[in-house]
Amino acid sequence: MRILPAGDRAVLVELENLDEVLGYYAALSASPPDGVVDIVPAARTVMVTTDGSDLDAVTRLLRAVQPVDGRQASGELVEIPVVYDGEDLADVANLLGCDVAELVKRHTEEEWTVAFCGFAPGFGYLTGAGSWDIPRRSSPRTKVPAGAVALAGEFSGVYPRESPGGWQLLGHTPLKIFDQTRAPAALLQPGRRVRFVTADRP
Amino acid sequence: MPRSGACDQRSYELANRLVGNASGAAAVEVTFGGLVLRAEADVVLAVTGAPCPGVPLNAPATLRAGEVLRLGAPTSGLRTYVAVRGGFAVPPVLGSRSTDLLSGLGPAPLTAGEVLPVGCEHGPMPGVDLAPVADPAAGEVAVRVTPGPRQDWFAANSLIGQTYTASSNSNRIGVRLEGTPLQRTREGELPSEGMTLGALQIPPSGLPVLFLADHPVTGGYPVIAYVAAGDLDACAQLRPGQSLRFVS
Repeated sequence: MRILPAGDRAVLVELENLDEVLGYYAALSASPPDGVVDIVPAARTVMVTTDGSDLDAVTRLLRAVQPVDGRQASGELVEIPVVYDGEDLADVANLLGCDVAELVKRHTEEEWTVAFCGFAPGFGYLTGAGSWDIPRRSSPRTKVPAGAVALAGEFSGVYPRESPGGWQLLGHTPLKIFDQTRAPAALLQPGRRVRFVTADRP
Repeated sequence: MPRSGACDQRSYELANRLVGNASGAAAVEVTFGGLVLRAEADVVLAVTGAPCPGVPLNAPATLRAGEVLRLGAPTSGLRTYVAVRGGFAVPPVLGSRSTDLLSGLGPAPLTAGEVLPVGCEHGPMPGVDLAPVADPAAGEVAVRVTPGPRQDWFAANSLIGQTYTASSNSNRIGVRLEGTPLQRTREGELPSEGMTLGALQIPPSGLPVLFLADHPVTGGYPVIAYVAAGDLDACAQLRPGQSLRFVS
């Protein structure tokens, strides 16, 4: 673990890998030191922002945090119904050397964990135990619809609102991934477990 | 999502104090003047930040029903704040009445003809006729920085002493800077990581972007340094073409 400077009020905790990030985030958010106002996990780091009162004291406590085992750190299970009708289904199945039915089976059998959020409010980067390594589309789409369920790299994700995007589209969910009138507004919080379930076409 | 809120926190907070509001009350942030407000009932208001001709600055004033407040182009600085006693009572989104440009949340930027409701919650008036604060600087601004998490991706001390100019392509998300590009001493991709207010991120162009209130919460380009918290408000007042110099 390295603690890197990030201004008067924050530090960036750098860890070995995503699993360690998950474990560190779980341990830290279970009992954050006094004065911590925001914790932002990412692929290799956890950003910790304080109210500015005593950054040195918080930094000492951050060094002492023991990451819990990443895969045991996960929280509540969220089920996301998916209509598997995405434009890239056949391409992704090809990349994996299987047919579409097998791709859907693998995607729904996987237990995903929200590793971190970013890109847009409510967008969660989901990781699974399987070996997913899917390249992004060579040319990103200018418009991906809200609710699109997609894959890229080692991650799966759901677009919270219509936006440009380069991920491979598997299908869509009618579920509201981000709803500003709901508390919390984001369905996919870091640490939550996710299972995709096949939904009937509407 | 970012915290959003006023870009120049000090001016925004002063405006609220001058009319007896609680510190989180919504005020209007005006970029480069031009706002015209007509009171539909008597209101007490205060204008702070970038000084605009034609309106009293840093002092509470009463606008009677039917009277018009007209903000000219500021003589220095970029952002002016108008607070009204009781606060602007637009509906909050996720606990904020701020327009978040990056996330697309909160009320849309104001347009001509809109009617703003005024709330009724406030404390006593502060008993101050005029707050003695300096106007935003008109010339070069010295900006203190501290090392960022990826300072070692660049030659040592490559930022300190450098002068940059604020680009017209700046907004509440960040100030784009023009000047000498910074050279990376290390190649490769950075996995996206968290960033916060005041981050100086260096995209492939080598020209720094200084992140303000509506900054992204993560980013994939290295952050070489952070602006000292005490100098952020001055950065939010930089006009396009104005220069700043980084100091340690």
